[in-house]
Amino acid sequence: MVEPILSVRGLQTRFFGTEGTVRAVDGVDFDVYEGRTLGVVGESGCGKSVTARSVLGIVDRPGKVVGGEAWLTRADGSRVDLFRLPEADMRKVRGREIALVFQEPMASFSQHYTIGNQIAESILLHMGVDEAAARKRAIELLDMVGVPQPDRRVDEYPFQLSGGLRQRVMIAMALACDPRVLIADEPTTALDVTTQAQILDLLRHLQQQRGLAIILITHDMGVIAEMAHDVAVMYLGRAVETGPVADIFARPQHPYTRALLRSIPTVMAKPRTRLPTIAGSIPHPFNRPQGCAFNPRCSESLGAVCAAHEPPAVTADGHEVRCFIHGGQP
Amino acid sequence: MIAFVTRRLLLGLVTVWLISMLSFAIIQLPPGDFVDAYIAQLSASGSTVSAEEAAAMRQLYGLGQPIYVQYGKWIFRVVQGDFGESMEWRRPVTEVIGDRIWLTLLLSFSALIITWGLALPIGIYSAVKQYSFGDYAFTLFGFIGIAVPNFLLALIVMYFSFTLLDANVGGLFSADYLLAGWSLGKVWDLMKHLPLPAVILALGGTAQLIRIMRANLLDELRKPYVVTARAKGVAERKVILKYPVRAALNPFASNIAYLFPYLVSGSIIVSIVLGLPTVGPLLVKALIAKDMFLAGTIVLLLGVMTVIGTFISDLVLMWVEPRLRHQMD
Ligand SMILES: Nc1ncnc2c1ncn2[C@@H]1O[C@H](COP(=O)(O)OP(=O)(O)OP(=O)(O)O)[C@@H](O)[C@H]1O
Ligand SMILES: [Mg+2]
Repeated sequence: MVEPILSVRGLQTRFFGTEGTVRAVDGVDFDVYEGRTLGVVGESGCGKSVTARSVLGIVDRPGKVVGGEAWLTRADGSRVDLFRLPEADMRKVRGREIALVFQEPMASFSQHYTIGNQIAESILLHMGVDEAAARKRAIELLDMVGVPQPDRRVDEYPFQLSGGLRQRVMIAMALACDPRVLIADEPTTALDVTTQAQILDLLRHLQQQRGLAIILITHDMGVIAEMAHDVAVMYLGRAVETGPVADIFARPQHPYTRALLRSIPTVMAKPRTRLPTIAGSIPHPFNRPQGCAFNPRCSESLGAVCAAHEPPAVTADGHEVRCFIHGGQP
Repeated sequence: MIAFVTRRLLLGLVTVWLISMLSFAIIQLPPGDFVDAYIAQLSASGSTVSAEEAAAMRQLYGLGQPIYVQYGKWIFRVVQGDFGESMEWRRPVTEVIGDRIWLTLLLSFSALIITWGLALPIGIYSAVKQYSFGDYAFTLFGFIGIAVPNFLLALIVMYFSFTLLDANVGGLFSADYLLAGWSLGKVWDLMKHLPLPAVILALGGTAQLIRIMRANLLDELRKPYVVTARAKGVAERKVILKYPVRAALNPFASNIAYLFPYLVSGSIIVSIVLGLPTVGPLLVKALIAKDMFLAGTIVLLLGVMTVIGTFISDLVLMWVEPRLRHQMD
């Protein structure tokens, strides 16, 4: 069995607001492997972005990682728990070993510096080269992600680029220091369908080329089907089901995963039929339901046991799921 | 870019011309002219002016003519660099204003530097450490700074330095140098006197700019590009100084434009209280005496300075804001 590059166990992140504590992430486990993509999927607000930031230790105040481990296997084979790393060492992980790509390429760039400056920043920081070399590498990176005329574009500002180009530049910036893990937080949500396909192609291509491990965050099951090798389905701060993509699509075990899959439009469906939706709405993270968080909306609820206890992780049909219908002791 | 600069300069010229007309007209608005004011002043001290004498004076200054003729004559001479003679002082206007214009500029500039030097670090601190003890302390200081009128502050400072330190603050020069010509000693004397009035003048603006900087920076700190910078592994201090602070700098640039006019017209009382040899008190006197040419020249100068200040602040804004720069082309 290959070792995962990044292995997260029991991650808990809370926001200590004045009105109360939000358990944004409440016990998430996942593994990411070299050359593979882990798709993280779930409704808005379920804690996908907070999970990504927690791993890098850049959760905004008043948020704080309060529990769990994140084991990173470094290039030399040694393993470190990111949550126990001193801040100075953690800075050497950010951008160098694990890099982030964000949803809104416009807002995620500063409009006050050229893209060359912003790409070169992490190169100068991590690679120990001089400015001329950093600039040269920035141009190479732009070329690699398919930005036309990279030696001219390098001196342009983000507002001079189109949305698709901006996201390419964002990817170039993330890959500047050859990270081994790339976390892409809804990298294509803000783009039109054609550009979206191009960006996903680019990510796949880069993965094959460099054996990149990718965590792809999305709420689009279609993107998951196209890109991911493994899937983690999140609901209200928990990974309720994890496993290989084919298994999850063919034999979803958790009622929430089934509901999500039913709500994808397919070309096979009769025209003008309503898509099934998931009953009810996501509870506010302040008043998280007792027991299984999905229970109030669940069509397969077992009643009392689901309402009273948190389901532990059990193995059902080859992958891990947190649901009492597959057994597990309360 | 060059087109923009030329356009702005031409526009500035038109603005100054309009200001000169308006100010000339406004100064004329109150009933009576300089001679009336002069007669009233003399009769207050017991002496009188004969009707012939008054007529002769009006003749001399061209006061009997219609206002547009007076304006035309005045502006025609101004364009040639002759600002006329002050009626009250009976000396050329340029001589009356003399060093005051440079001292006013120097004071404005010092106040600006102090405003920036205080507002920038305090604003950053207050935003980054929002709701900390320091933030509350500076907020309190800020509201006091905004609420207390400058002249009151000036009076308080004068009182305490007089009673506690036995030092007479006020003016920009000590008695020995007041009437002396320029020398190294006089410059040094000025440097010693400058900080206190500059600080007093800067305080209100500083408090305001801190509030603006804090609010702007709080906005910017929440923007995604800050997270991007952190995710690259940049150290927190550098993240903040390089990205959100840079984005929050605009108000500092706009500040340049308003400082000079504020210093002349908004701080006349402070200047009078502190006995500062600036243009402000001179303008008040000229207006009371209806000393047309002196008042007109000062208002015109104010206009020119405001136009120049706005122009400089636009250039600085274009320098800190690449997006503006690119909208120009
Ligand atoms: N700065 C913050 N302060 C307080 N609560 C926060 C903060 N950021 C996130 N949260 C909480 O954490 C929860 C998870 O947010 P997160 O951004 O991870 O959702 P998400 O799954 O990425 O959603 P989306 O698909 O909309 O991006 C939210 O319910 C939100 O209330
Ligand atoms: Mg998100």
